[in-house]
Amino acid sequence: MIFTIARREFQSLFLSPLAWSVLAVIQFILAYLFLTQIETFMAFQSQLAQISHAPGITDIIVAPLFSNAAIILLLVTPLLTMRTLCEERRNKTLTLLLSAPLSTTDIVLGKYLSIIGLLACIVAMTGLMSLALLFGGELDFGKWFCNLLGLLLLTAAFAALGLYLSSLASHPTIAAIGSFGLLLLLWIIDWKAGLQNQSSDVLEYISMLHHFQNLQSGLLDSQDVLYFVLFCATFLILSIFRLEYERLQK
Amino acid sequence: MTALIEAKNLSRFYGRQCAVENVSFNLNKGEILGFLGKNGAGKTTTMQMLCGCLAPSAGQILINGIDLLDQPKQAKAALGYLPDTPPLYKDLSVHEFLHYCARLHRVPRQRCAKAVHKAEQRCGLESVRHRLINQLSKGFQQRVGIAQSILHEPDVIILDEPTVGLDPIQIQDIRQLIKQLGEQHGIILSTHILSEVQQSCSHVQIIDQGRLILTESIAGLNRLMNTERINLRTRLPVDIDTLKALDGITAVEAKSPHEYIVHFHTKAAVTDRLAACVLENQWGLEAITPLKKSMEDIFISLTSQTHT
Repeated sequence: MIFTIARREFQSLFLSPLAWSVLAVIQFILAYLFLTQIETFMAFQSQLAQISHAPGITDIIVAPLFSNAAIILLLVTPLLTMRTLCEERRNKTLTLLLSAPLSTTDIVLGKYLSIIGLLACIVAMTGLMSLALLFGGELDFGKWFCNLLGLLLLTAAFAALGLYLSSLASHPTIAAIGSFGLLLLLWIIDWKAGLQNQSSDVLEYISMLHHFQNLQSGLLDSQDVLYFVLFCATFLILSIFRLEYERLQK
Repeated sequence: MTALIEAKNLSRFYGRQCAVENVSFNLNKGEILGFLGKNGAGKTTTMQMLCGCLAPSAGQILINGIDLLDQPKQAKAALGYLPDTPPLYKDLSVHEFLHYCARLHRVPRQRCAKAVHKAEQRCGLESVRHRLINQLSKGFQQRVGIAQSILHEPDVIILDEPTVGLDPIQIQDIRQLIKQLGEQHGIILSTHILSEVQQSCSHVQIIDQGRLILTESIAGLNRLMNTERINLRTRLPVDIDTLKALDGITAVEAKSPHEYIVHFHTKAAVTDRLAACVLENQWGLEAITPLKKSMEDIFISLTSQTHT
């Protein structure tokens, strides 16, 4: 049942120009940033050759590419998730799902998986773009894989939070602005600690950027993976509760 | 045989406000139950509770003997629901949408095409099956909504104001369809159009301010509606007090000096005595006609009783 809903949602994303335009815009911007990154690398290549243990092509081009993709997805994911539950409620199509023999878990997970499907496409395309470097050099595939996994986990977390806010909000724009604000806050929450040179463990743990950067460095730490898994699970469970609550309260 | 729907002491509060209060009823196979009430009487709330979109504050709902609150998935499998606004994904075509609904209602994959085809046929959607729902007229959208609620052949079909927004011919078609469906399923249908209930239902419930104030079969209702008033026309003016003195007559209204409406208790056979009295006093009897009480009258008198 989850997959029936997920497939239908995924297809309907591609029925409207939304998914296509998102894919196109992201691909265009990332390609531009990718090229500038390559330019920078070319400029410094001769100097890099003189340093022993110099950072390689993966560190200089691939990691920044994924960082850029993360920032762009921070902006885009709220736009993808804002309509999931909110629009259903506004169009009164939610009753179709609620009166069908489905649990709220099926509904929430189905919606979530469809968004993850689209995000996975974006992540995969980013990954493929970086593979283009193989034409002129060699990649550190361990790091490349960690970057890919990091971005996927990060966007999965974005989507879970976006979905929850969509279940709360009465209007899609409110869901979008709410999830964007929260995500940005979680992104920058440990900046202040860094400025005053006194790092706070709690803030550092909460910060998404911190965990994402750990993964980007090629360090596949179970603590970071667990952070993202817990993050997704929390917001998905909250969304399920929210839908149940609506049935009780309204 | 267990009842298809057994609702026991349902209540629903929105905050402090009570929308439905202590409503109990049964629905059996082959019955078409009309749910009548004014706007805001609690019809939609009751229906939403019956199909699991809204949890009752108190009470129990059994569908086919399965508790809706304890085992929602199994209970809902026997339900088809059309809400007041048909839940349609407007970016899909009719065919795609119905196919998706069939899957949602766990129709096995190999039977989907057949079920969708049958529903399209029943609701007259064959000519528009490849059109986008967005481009359909309101009437057709309503039909898609009905098709959605019947395609998995549920035992219970709940229709919330199914004929709103349809043209008279379509209304006839839909009523025909409802009657046809009612032979094999149990149907609950809400409306505030009284003639609709008279035409298509086998049982009636009137709900007002969240309480059930009447549960009756259509035959019983028709009996209720029979001859409680007589229209009397005479050549000469009558003496109203003399008429009132007759046994069983409750009131006499003068419409003009020659025409009167006589109210009386349903069971008293007043006509003979009334005619005899008029002849005896030589008022010149011209016509004596029983007036049928319309459903509107019953509805208004019942709902206004609860207000006082």
